[in-house]
Parts: sequence; structure tokens; C-alpha cells
Amino acid sequence: MDRELILDVRAVSYRYPETARDALAGVSLVARAGEVHAVLGPNGSGKTTLLRVALGLARPATGSAAILGQPAAAWSRRDLARIVGVVPQREDHLFPQRVRETVLLGRYPYLSVWGAERPEDQAAVDRALARCDVSSLATRWIWTLSGGEYQRVRLARALAQEPKLLVLDEPTASLDVRHEMELFELVRALADQDGLAVVLITHHVNLAARFADRVLLLADGRTAGDGAPADVLTRETVERVFAWPVSIASFDGRPQMIPLRKQEEHS
Amino acid sequence: MRWLGLMVVVVLALALAVVLGPAHVSLADLTTSDIVRSLRLPRALLAFLVGGSLALAGAGLQALVRNPLADPSLLGLSGGAGLGAVLAIALHLNSPWALPLAAFAGALGAMALVYRLGLVGGAELDPRILILAGVAVGAFTAAVTTALVSLSGAAELRNAFLWLWGGLSGASWDSVLLLCVYAPLPVAVLLAAARPLDLLALGEEPARHLGADVEAVKRRVYLAASLLTAAAVAVSGVIGFVGLVVPHAMRLLWGHRHRPLLPAAFLGGGALLALSDTVARVAVAPRELPVGIVTALIGVPVFVLLLRRWTAS
Repeated sequence: MDRELILDVRAVSYRYPETARDALAGVSLVARAGEVHAVLGPNGSGKTTLLRVALGLARPATGSAAILGQPAAAWSRRDLARIVGVVPQREDHLFPQRVRETVLLGRYPYLSVWGAERPEDQAAVDRALARCDVSSLATRWIWTLSGGEYQRVRLARALAQEPKLLVLDEPTASLDVRHEMELFELVRALADQDGLAVVLITHHVNLAARFADRVLLLADGRTAGDGAPADVLTRETVERVFAWPVSIASFDGRPQMIPLRKQEEHS
Repeated sequence: MRWLGLMVVVVLALALAVVLGPAHVSLADLTTSDIVRSLRLPRALLAFLVGGSLALAGAGLQALVRNPLADPSLLGLSGGAGLGAVLAIALHLNSPWALPLAAFAGALGAMALVYRLGLVGGAELDPRILILAGVAVGAFTAAVTTALVSLSGAAELRNAFLWLWGGLSGASWDSVLLLCVYAPLPVAVLLAAARPLDLLALGEEPARHLGADVEAVKRRVYLAASLLTAAAVAVSGVIGFVGLVVPHAMRLLWGHRHRPLLPAAFLGGGALLALSDTVARVAVAPRELPVGIVTALIGVPVFVLLLRRWTAS
């Protein structure tokens, strides 16, 4: 059975105005329903730019970015928000807000200008809260949440959009092991059980290797590796891209990276 | 319950504005009195519309520029309005509508200039630059106005200044009707932007991911808030404070979601200005206080009270 093609980014290049170098050059990313894609790479390697191009927020100079067969930039933001849910790296909280209010913002693309929230919107919020195990936090203020709770609430907001594609930009930065693992397990379950396509930007090479179906490794805006974790995350490639000596071990059939101390080099 | 309370305050403010005044009108004569029908009633309604417009514009603006201290006076419109009014007088345009029309034209000119300066790279509206441009244009037009007045020394130019700070004494049924025809469109545009403004509070990129057409929202909110403020300045001069404090007070009562906040700000702003104008007329009768002083004298204690209640809970 061929799974539904959701995100289709082909050989895109992008250069920010008044810069001399391409931020992206010939990068592809094809995501189907039920797949988890991890995008890895050092700081400044083009991960977030790839995301902007994929979501139609930046037009590629060459190549194409399509979502459900239509160019990403041709979608209205409203229609696209019904297909793609994003958990951005950062956001502001200009005004204090409660958890349920925040998750309800995910229903915006379904609401009419003057109409109130409908029972189906409340039901979608309830489902999203339950799916992320944050129902008990519904009346809490956002600023009273722990880091892990906060990320799960933002994930719930993206799920309230009822998307086919979920995009997460470094969702576990500054989380402890348990919350990190809980979030990755949840994301994996959303792909396996709910059939979502997931694109995950992360710095966690080892977690990406264990949870992702495919890994896209970026270096200086170019594809340094693309495929199953075991094929991409070899010692040579990882050392070259991250500019640090490593050893690669295998755990549960997945490659795991161990960064070496300076004196351990070439041992 | 909160809405009921607010409606009671609105009705009470309008009733007081009609009943009270330097001339005594007995309650029995209220419906037949010429003073009530041609002076107090249109003035009360105009105060309500102007106050509501200023508070609504302020609430929208605070979300747009992501600064809770933003106020419609930062848009630079009052400077443009003052320049327009002074030019009209210097050019001896003497019809009764010349002053407000010239002030309105000046405000629109300032708005166009600020808007152009706020467009980054000719496409995206940068709210931070918008505020800086508003302050700069406001200061520059105020300087030109002052130069004109001080150079000419004519008594009539001083009248322009007085008019600009003159409050609501020029109210008439014509100005009420004009505002009733003019205001609904910008008011509707702002109310329709309520949900997108909630998204914008997260930042522009997160708002886009949630489905907001961010550039269109910013443009609409800026233009609608400016058009409301320009009309308010043209009919009543510069009235500070309403646009800053009323949205804050309403946030303390209704929270930060703009769907209830924006209409509450309109009603609250209208009630505050109607009440303030009544005090301005009655307090030192037969003379009048500038209404802006009264808005501050009434508004600040109310605001402090709300703030204390809020921080206590």
C-alpha cells in the first residue's frame, strides 16, 4: 500500500537577500503519512530555512516545494493550517493565557470571522489535550507549566489543527531525559497510530536515530546524507558534518553516536 | 454579569450626561427641553462614540505593536490634525466645517506618511518602526504648527490651538450623524481582527503557522485604528488617556482574548468619556475643564483600583 504523499520538497535552493552564499542548495525532503523524518545538522546548516521553504514562507530560487500536490506558497495560510501543524522553536506570550485558551487557538483555521467556537471545536480541543496527556492542566496558566508540560501543550495546539503533517522545531531543547523521551514516544505514536507525517528538527542525533524512519543530514545548506539512520549516521559522515571525532555504536539495530574526548582520538 | 454591569455603566453615564449640566432642567422637562435635545444629547452621544473609538483603536494598536503601553496618540495623527487646522485658519477658510475637515485631512496625511515609513522593503509592515515613525511625524508636525502660530501671532491661530485641545463643546447632531456613518466600517474591521490579534500575540511566524494572514491583519488593524483616531481628533481634538487605560482596565476584567476585549473596550471608553465630559461641564460651571484632564482624573484611580484587585488575586 502506497502511503499518501504529503510533503514534497525537491532540490530546493534558497539565498537570503544580500548574502553571498546559498542558505540551501539542492535539498530534498519527501514525507508520507505515518513517517517520521528527522532533520539534523549543526547550527546554521539550513534546517530552519528548509522549514520555511517547505511551508511556503520563503520561495525557493530553484526546485519546488509542494504540500498535497500544490505549491506550498500557493496555499492560503488558513487552508495550509488545516493540513500542517507546527510547533515553532520559540514564541512570545505577550498576554497571560490559560492552557485551554492556547490550544483553542489551533482551531482558528476552522472558525468563521464572526462565529463562536462550535461544539466540534471544543471536542477537537478535548481530543488534543487528552492525546498529549495534558487534560488535567486545562485551566492552568501557561507560565506555571514545567518545560515538558509546556511543550506537550504546544503540541496539543498543533493537533487541534487536525493536521496531516506535524512539524516540530527543536521540541526537546532544554528538557530532561524523561520529558524528552515522553515527547519522542508521543510523536512516534502520532505517526504510527494516527497516521501523521512528522518532520522533526533536532540536535539530538541519538534520539533521531532511534525514533525516525529517515534522517536528513544538512551541512552548509547541502545534503550530507539522506536515508535510514543506519545508512546516514556513519562515523565518517557524522565526524565531517559536526567537525568532532565520534564513535558509532549499534543499539537495538540503530546507530548511536558517542562523541570522543580529545585524547581518545584515533584510538 | 460583567456585560450587564458594563451596560449599566454605559446607560448611567449617558443618563447623567443628559440630566446634569450648568443650566437646571427639571426631570419633567427633560424630553421637551431644547438644551437637552440640541446640546446635551448630541454631546453625550458624541462623547460616547469618540471615547469608544479611541479605546477600541488603543486596544487594537497595543496588540499590533506588541506593546501594552501603546496609545493612539503615538500614531502621530494629532500633530497632523493640528497642522491641518492651523493651515485652514491661516488660509482664512471660514466655513464651520473647515476646521474639522482640515484637521481630518492633516491626520490622514500624517497617517499616510507614517504608514509609508513603516513599510519595510516596501512590503512588510514593521510595527516597531511604525511607532517610531508615528512619534517622529507627530513631533515634526507639532513643531511646524508651533512655528506657524508663533510667527503669525494672530489671535485666530491661537484659536486653532484652543480648538485642538477644545474637547467636545463643538458637538452637534451633524457631527454625531457623521461619526455614525463613518465609524462602523473601521470598527467592524477591528472587531473582525479579534482572533488574528490573539494569534499575533504569539509572534508573527507562529501566527502564520496557525493560519493568520499576518501582513493583511497588520495593515487592516493599523489603518482602521488610524482612521478611527483621525475622526476622533477631527471632531473633538486630542483626548489622551482613554486609548491607553480603558483597554487595560478591560483586560483586567475580561482577560486578554480580543473577541470580548475589543467590544468591551469600545463600551468602556464610551462610558468613560461621556462621564468625563459631564464632569468637565459641571465641575467648575459656568466654565469648562478640558475633558482630557478629567479622563485622567477619573481613569487613573479606577485603573489603580483594578490593578490592586488583580494583583491581590
